Amino acid sequence: MRYLPLTEADRRSMLAAIRASTVDDLFRDVPKAARLSGPIEGLPNHMGELEVERSLSAMAGRNLPAGSVPSFLGAGSYRHHIPATVDHLVQRGEFLTAYTPYQPEVSQGTLQVLFEFQTQVSLLTGMDVANASMYDGATACAEAVMMANRVTRRKKAILSGGLHPHYRDTTTTDARFIGFETVVMPAAPTGGEDLLSQVDGDTSCVVVQNPDVFGHVRDYTELGKACQAKGVLLIVVVTEAVSLGLLTPPGEMGADIVAAEGQSLGNALNFGGPYVGLFAVKEKLVRQMPGRLCGQTVDADGRRGFVLTLSTREQHIRREKATSNICTNAGLCALAFSIHLSLLGEEGFTQLARLNHAKAVQLADKLGAVKGVEIVNDSFFNEFTVKLPKPAAEVVERLAERRILAGVPASRLFAGELEDLLIVAATETNTESDMDAFAKALAEVLS
Amino acid sequence: MTIKYTKDHEWVRVEGDVGTVGVSDHAQHQLGDVVFVELPDVGRALQQGKEAAVVESVKAASDVYAPVSGEVVEVNHELENEPARVNTGAETDGWFFKLRLTNPAELDGLMDEAAYKAFVEGQA
Amino acid sequence: MSMNNQGRPTDIRSASNSAVPDTVTGNRGLQIEEPLIFEQDASGRCGVDLPEMPAVASRLGAVKPRAKVGLPGLAEPQVVRHYTRLSQKNYAIDSGLYPLGSCTMKHNPRLNEKMARLPGFSDVHPLQPESTVQGALELMAELGRWLTTLTGMAAVTLAPAAGAHGEMCGIMAIRSAHEAKGDTGRTKILVPESAHGTNPATAAACGYSVEAIPATEDGRVDLEALKAKLGPDVAGLMLTNPNTCGLFERDIITIAEAVHAAGAYFYCDGANFNAIVGRVRPADLGIDVMHINLHKTFSTPHGGGGPGSGPVVFAESLAPFVPVPYVVQEKDGSFRLVEQAGDGPAFGRMKAFHGQMGMFVRALSYMMSHGADGLRQVANDAVLNANYVLASLKDVMTPSFDGPCMHECLFDDRFLKGTGVTTLDIAKALIDEGFHPMTMYFPLVVHGALLIEPTETESKAGLDQFVTALRALAERAKSGDAEYFQAAPRLTPRRRLDETAAARKPVLRWTPEAAVEKVAAE
Repeated sequence: MRYLPLTEADRRSMLAAIRASTVDDLFRDVPKAARLSGPIEGLPNHMGELEVERSLSAMAGRNLPAGSVPSFLGAGSYRHHIPATVDHLVQRGEFLTAYTPYQPEVSQGTLQVLFEFQTQVSLLTGMDVANASMYDGATACAEAVMMANRVTRRKKAILSGGLHPHYRDTTTTDARFIGFETVVMPAAPTGGEDLLSQVDGDTSCVVVQNPDVFGHVRDYTELGKACQAKGVLLIVVVTEAVSLGLLTPPGEMGADIVAAEGQSLGNALNFGGPYVGLFAVKEKLVRQMPGRLCGQTVDADGRRGFVLTLSTREQHIRREKATSNICTNAGLCALAFSIHLSLLGEEGFTQLARLNHAKAVQLADKLGAVKGVEIVNDSFFNEFTVKLPKPAAEVVERLAERRILAGVPASRLFAGELEDLLIVAATETNTESDMDAFAKALAEVLS
Repeated sequence: MTIKYTKDHEWVRVEGDVGTVGVSDHAQHQLGDVVFVELPDVGRALQQGKEAAVVESVKAASDVYAPVSGEVVEVNHELENEPARVNTGAETDGWFFKLRLTNPAELDGLMDEAAYKAFVEGQA
Repeated sequence: MSMNNQGRPTDIRSASNSAVPDTVTGNRGLQIEEPLIFEQDASGRCGVDLPEMPAVASRLGAVKPRAKVGLPGLAEPQVVRHYTRLSQKNYAIDSGLYPLGSCTMKHNPRLNEKMARLPGFSDVHPLQPESTVQGALELMAELGRWLTTLTGMAAVTLAPAAGAHGEMCGIMAIRSAHEAKGDTGRTKILVPESAHGTNPATAAACGYSVEAIPATEDGRVDLEALKAKLGPDVAGLMLTNPNTCGLFERDIITIAEAVHAAGAYFYCDGANFNAIVGRVRPADLGIDVMHINLHKTFSTPHGGGGPGSGPVVFAESLAPFVPVPYVVQEKDGSFRLVEQAGDGPAFGRMKAFHGQMGMFVRALSYMMSHGADGLRQVANDAVLNANYVLASLKDVMTPSFDGPCMHECLFDDRFLKGTGVTTLDIAKALIDEGFHPMTMYFPLVVHGALLIEPTETESKAGLDQFVTALRALAERAKSGDAEYFQAAPRLTPRRRLDETAAARKPVLRWTPEAAVEKVAAE
C-alpha cells in the first residue's frame, strides 16, 4: 500500500508506546453491533498504479472528448484553449496541496493570488470589489439573490427568462427552503421581456444574464437606472467570462451585484465541474457579501502582506447568523483563472474576446446559409440560437453519430420545451474547416 | 443625569427623555480591537433586551442589546470611520446611538455604576 | 608534491556572524520578494499568441464594445516566475506535516491528478449527448457504488460542491421528507455545542431554529439533555461522528433510536469519516443522511481552499428526495442522466451541471488504489498516528479528555496557564520549527484548543520529529520564555500580520490610484 508509510514494526512499537495491545483497542468506543471484523464486502482490494490507470483509462475511453471532434457546445460551459503554463503552475504542490490560508505567515502565496484574483474579477466586471470565489456561477447567482434580500430587507426576486435554467433552478430551490419568493419570467428566445412591470414594493432584485442563455447581448443601463429608482438591486449574471473582454461590463450598466461563471478562463470542461464562481459588488455592499475575502495589511516589520479579512460575516464566527454557510471557495480553479488571465493580459484578453465574437459571426453565416435553418438572434457574443425544422435533440444525436458535437438543444435545459431550438457556441478553438463540416453535416441531416 | 448598566455590558446615560447607549469599558477590554460597528437606522423602535447593534472585533461579532426600549433618534456615525473609538472611549465618544425612551421605568431594573462594578468583579 | 591551489575557496568561512542580514533587494536567498502582477505591467506585452482573426462585421447589436479592461501585460516567462515565487511562500502537504485537526491534510497522490486530466474526463462537455459520455456516467455510478457500499446507505447524490453544500442538501432532503408526510410543525434542528460552524449556519439557512446540545465532561453529547429536547417540533439532529473533539460518540445507536422515536431524522456530518472508513458503516449506526468530504477522506487536493466536493448518502427513508441530477443504469447496461426534477419527489437542484466531476475521478482513483482492505488500513493508521501523538505529548501538554482518541487528538491551554504564552503563540513558534500548526481555538468547547490530526500518511519518524519540537516548545513556554513565543514566527516570508488594520480599513483589491499614491509617497 504505497500511500501508507507505517511499517509493521512501527505499528508494533507505537502500540506499545500507547499501551494498547492491538489497534482494535483504539476503536473500543464503537458499539459492538456496528464493528466490522474485516474489509467491507462488495469492493475490490487494493490495486497498483498500473491497474487503476488501466481501469480508469478504459472508462475515459468510453467518452468522446470535445477536442477530438468539431464541437460547438456552450450554454454555461465553454471550450477554450488553456495555455500549457496554466496547468503546470496549478500543479505546483505548494498551491495544489495547501489548505485555506488560515496561517497567513505561511500562506502568502495563496493570499497574494487571491488578492490579485479579486482585483482581476473587479476589473473584468467593472465592479468595486470581488470575493475570493464561489462554488460556481449558479450558486453565485443564488447567493447574490439572498444577499439582495438581506440588503433590501425584501424577499422577492424577479428572474429573467434569459437566465440559464440551472441557475434559475438553483435559485428557486434555495428560495423554497430558505423562504423567499421568486418570479420566473417565461423563456423568451426571440424577443425581450418586461421585467420592470413585475417589480413591486416587495422586490429585492432583478436578475438578468448577459449574454443570456440564448446568446442575446443587451444593454441593461436603463433597467439599472429604473431599479435604482425603486430601491431594487440589479444582479447581472455572466456565464461566459470571455465576453467581458468585448462587452460593456455590468458595472458600467449599473449592476449592484455580478454573479458569474469563470470556467472559461483556465478551467477545462471537466464534464461540468469543478468550476469557479465569480462574485463582485459595489463598495457599499461589501460587508453583506458571502464567501471569503482577502485583504492587504502589513506585518510586524511593516512589510506589505495579505490576510483573510472581514471573516465575522462567516459561519465559523457567526454560526447561525452567518451571511452564508459557505466554507470553501474554489481556490485552485480561481488560481487557474488568474494565471490564464495574467498570461492574456489586456491585449490578449481583449483580442481573445474579439476573436470569439468573430468566430461566432463566421459560424452564424455558415449555418444561416443551410436550408431550413434560421438564426434567431439579432445580436450575440460567441453563442447564438438557431431554429431548426426538426427537433434539435434528434439532430444533435444524428450529428454525434457523425462525430460532430453540434450544440445544446434548448429542450434539454427547458424540460422538453423549445424543442426546435439549438444553442450553438463558437470559440477560438473552432477552425473554419470545423464550421464547414458542421454546416455540411447539418444540411445532410436536415434534408 | 444617571448612568445605568446591564448584565450584558451596555450602558445608558439618560438626559431628559433621551438615553445615550454604548458598551462598557470592561466589555471593550474583553472584545479586543474593535474593527466594525453596525448601527441601527434612525427611527427604528427598539425593545429592551433585543438586538440593536453589532460590534465586531477581528475574531468575533457580538450583538449589542437595547438596555431600555425606545426609538432611535441619532447614531454615532463617527464609529463607522473610526471603530477604534469604542476602545479608546467606550463610555465617552465611543457611544453607539441615542434613543427616546418609551418606558423609563425600565431603568429601575438596571445597575448603577457601583453595582455594575461589583457584578463584573463577581464574574471574574 | 605539485602544489595546485587554484580555483574557488572551499572553506565555509566563519560562522561567527550567523544573524540574518538585511539584503539590498529584500530577498533572502530562496525567499524572493514578489510584487503584485499589476505592478509588473508593460503596455503591449502579452503572454499568448492567438489565432488569426477572421474579417467579419460585428453583431453586437446595441451594446457598445468596451474600451479598456485595465489588465497588466506580461510575457510568459514573467508569469511563470511570478506564480512560482508566490508558490514558494506557501506551506503545503508536499513540504511537510500539516496537522490541521478536522481538515484531514493527507498526501494527495499524483496518480489522481493524472487520471482527472485524461481527455475522456477533462475534455468532455456536461451537455454532450448521453451516447458520447457513457464512460463519464459510468464513473459517477461507480463512485456512487463505492460510497453507498462504504456507508451501507441506499442512495447517493454527487451534486454538492463542498461539505457545507452537502449539509444544505441533507437538511433540504429532511425538510422535504417531513413535508411529504404533511408534517409541518417541525421547526428545530438540534446541534451539539462542539459542532463545526457550518452546521448551525446550514440549519438556520434552511429556515430552522437551532438548539444547542451541551457536551458531557467526557466530550460527548449529553444523552439526557438531547432526549429532553427531542419532541414533535424537532426536524432532525446534526451530529458529527467521530466528533470535533476527535471522539467516537459511544451512545450513537441510542441517540439514533431516540431521534427516530421522536419522528426526526439523524444527519451525520461526515467530515471525520476518514477515522472509521472501512471499519464502520454509518448506516449500521442508525444514520439517515451524511455528507462526505471527498477532499478529506478521499484525498482530493485542498488547493488552497477548494474546490471541494460533498456527496451525500441517504438511507431508504430519504432516498426518494435526492436532488437532480443523478445517474441511472438502464436494463441494457447503458447509463442515463436524470436532469429535471419535474413533478417527482426530487427536491430541486444544487448547482449547474452534474457535480465536481474532476474530484470524482480523483476520489475514485484513490479508492481503487486502496481498495476495501487498504481503506480499513487507512482508518487504522490514522487513528494509531493520532493516539501515538497523544501519548507522546500528554505529560507536557494537557489533553482535554481521557482515553484513546480517534483520528485527531485535542489539547487545551491549561498547560500554558501562568506562562504568558497562548495557543496562538505555540502555533506561530511551531511554524519556525518547520511545521504547519494544528487547528487552533476549535472546537469551542475547550479553552484555547489545539487540535492535532496527523493523518495516516505520516511516518513514525516524521511524527517523532514533530513531537520532539512540540515538547521542547511546551517546556520552553513553561520555563518562562514568553518573549520568544510572542515574536514568532521569525523565519517566514512575513511575520505576524496586522489583522485589525486589515479589517478596519479593508483594502480588497489593487487600484491604479493606490499605485500612483505609492509613487508619490516615495
